[in-house]
Amino acid sequence: MHRHLQLTEQGKLKHFLSIEGLDKGLLTEILDTAESFAGISEHQVKKVPLLRGKTIVNLFFENSTRTRTTFELAATRLSADVLNINIATSATSKGESLLDTIRNLEAMHVDMFVVRHALSGAAHFIAQHTAPHISVINAGDGQHAHPTQAMLDMFTIRQHKKQFEGLKVAIVGDILHSRVARSQILALNTLGVAEVRVIAPKTLLPAHVRSMGVIPLHDMDEGLSDVDVIIMLRLQKERMNSAFLPSESEFFKCYGLTEAKLLRAKPNAIVMHPGPINRGVEIASSVADGPQSVILEQVSNGIAVRMAVMTMTLGHHGGAA
Amino acid sequence: MTKILIENGRIIDPANKIDDIGSLCIADGKILQVLNPPADFTPDLTIDAKDRIVCPGFIDLSARLREPGHSHKGSIKSETKAALSAGVTSLCLPPDTKPCIDSPAVVEYIKDKAEAAEYRQIHSIGALTQRLDGTELSSMFALKQAGCIAVSNAHAPLGNLLILRRAMEYASSHGLLLMYRANEAALSGKGCAHEGAMASQYGLPGIPVAAESIALAQALELAQLTGCRIHISQISCKQSVIKIQQAKKYGLNVTADAAIHQLLLSENDVLPFDSHYHVIPPFRSEEDGHYLREGLSNGTIDAICSDHQPHDLDAKLGAFPETEPGVSALETLLPLTLELTTLHRIGLGKALASLTQNPAAILGLQAGALTPGFNADVCIFDPTLQWEVNEQSWHSAGHNTPYWRQNLIGKVTHTLQGGRLLYKFRNR
Repeated sequence: MHRHLQLTEQGKLKHFLSIEGLDKGLLTEILDTAESFAGISEHQVKKVPLLRGKTIVNLFFENSTRTRTTFELAATRLSADVLNINIATSATSKGESLLDTIRNLEAMHVDMFVVRHALSGAAHFIAQHTAPHISVINAGDGQHAHPTQAMLDMFTIRQHKKQFEGLKVAIVGDILHSRVARSQILALNTLGVAEVRVIAPKTLLPAHVRSMGVIPLHDMDEGLSDVDVIIMLRLQKERMNSAFLPSESEFFKCYGLTEAKLLRAKPNAIVMHPGPINRGVEIASSVADGPQSVILEQVSNGIAVRMAVMTMTLGHHGGAA
Repeated sequence: MTKILIENGRIIDPANKIDDIGSLCIADGKILQVLNPPADFTPDLTIDAKDRIVCPGFIDLSARLREPGHSHKGSIKSETKAALSAGVTSLCLPPDTKPCIDSPAVVEYIKDKAEAAEYRQIHSIGALTQRLDGTELSSMFALKQAGCIAVSNAHAPLGNLLILRRAMEYASSHGLLLMYRANEAALSGKGCAHEGAMASQYGLPGIPVAAESIALAQALELAQLTGCRIHISQISCKQSVIKIQQAKKYGLNVTADAAIHQLLLSENDVLPFDSHYHVIPPFRSEEDGHYLREGLSNGTIDAICSDHQPHDLDAKLGAFPETEPGVSALETLLPLTLELTTLHRIGLGKALASLTQNPAAILGLQAGALTPGFNADVCIFDPTLQWEVNEQSWHSAGHNTPYWRQNLIGKVTHTLQGGRLLYKFRNR
């Protein structure tokens, strides 16, 4: 389904909405392309002219300074013109307003929408209703997908582990509400890791999480045993004391990543977090700032990965040089 | 006196245990004779039903017509036209109109509109509580006097179990059937999909089967306590089938229906984020579907309904969770029922009984059968005719169906209501 919508007839990336339906070859191509952009940030002139003359709209129906900034930087470094539009909207807003927004922007001859929305499927809906020449990148939709975040995580893992085969990966925290986790799970399995574990209390796991190709566990010691990669997820504080969890302190006690718990993982295990982090809630500062943490590298890699996805999606119709 | 002869058709009338080739004679709006026409019968109109099936007109236990209050989605005129093209000669209108059916005035309004649309067998279901707000009982006796055939709270939650108990006691005091949609609102929350693998994968808020089965179990307990005759509407899962089966086994006066699309589609059929698959209750697991079909086959589920809910285009345009649930389902009722008989080995007689004889019995109507003296409500259909679901073939104002642009098999060719030929298929 997604493959059909996301790819051109030639199998090239047209939209980037989800990891679903993309094969290992295409994911690897994204990582390789990102690799070629990774050095640009080190240059004195941090720009390449690949998307000169293109207009990219960051269409954010949900606030996110970090993600929007990295998309903006990625577009700027590709020499595209960027328009940032934040649309405060409620989850119950009608489809017409979403469509009307899209249609109005289309009339301004833009080339790409980078969409963040609070509802699952919103980016998919926009991709189905935009003009054929426009590409859509999903920058997070509801609890569904955040594929560029997942790919920058894969990029970071590859940097440190060189290959995916044989790796054991643990994802810890609020899996139920996490679009990042859903995309990570799909990407990790597609790229061929040996095992993906999700560690959380049952209140924070989807009811049928096994069907996603993961091993659900409720105990950190068991879950972190012998893993190569630990991905901590942000725990939204509003979930505390709202029948999901009893308290911050109890969550931290059970599922917070401390140096002691980290000892269960392989000695060279890396610690990741999509950010922003809640110190002392899901991760101890000593771990977040410790030698095994690659959290800030993830942020840097986000720009290269988003540059890669932008050029690949726009490239098939003449965007790339 | 208009006389109609329907000849050469395969007459299937489950109520009278008829399945034979023959003729059906209609005189003065009533069934006159089945199989063998009287020697002196001279028809004004003859319908050749060769290679077609002639059966009682269908009785739909739940069809939204969108009037009053939601005329941008459909009207009594447009949706009764769809009903006639689907062989539906009697239908029950749930009370969640706007204003809701909680006063005789609204019932009268609907009657007037039905009369104007020349569809005389719309049965209003009265609201169980005032304004459907779940707190104060409606004037059920007045609603019954105005013509309501049953009472229901539609999709609206009830304030608490005591209100349900009182509503059952009061409804049964007046001999009213209570049609109950089982849903524990706190458990279904803002869910929009079955809490299963599909919802997990796509990050859609899920509705667990327990939201239905827990509410159902509570309602059955209260029906036992109060002696209220209860009909459970649009069940969707295995646990509900089991609970109803047990309740029937132990003598509770309970009946149940399932929507035709629930009997055939599961979460595995849902195209990701395609709002045409957004229904409440949601499409459940394959196992749930299997149990529903078993339930229909063994009589636990008495009736099939359309659960017809036409929508305007905008209602289905948007991200999946924000779209409105429901399928425009009248016109696919017959072909999908036929699919049940061919793909899932449910006997044609059994399937047709669930559209005719059984809903009539649930509602206490003298209908759903080709019994001499009954109103001549008749459906004639071609069980082999393939047609595409598209603008040309469609009558409902709502185009919201997962079957749009698909080919289906089985088409109603004639519908008679009270002996009047109100629909004749024309290949447009």
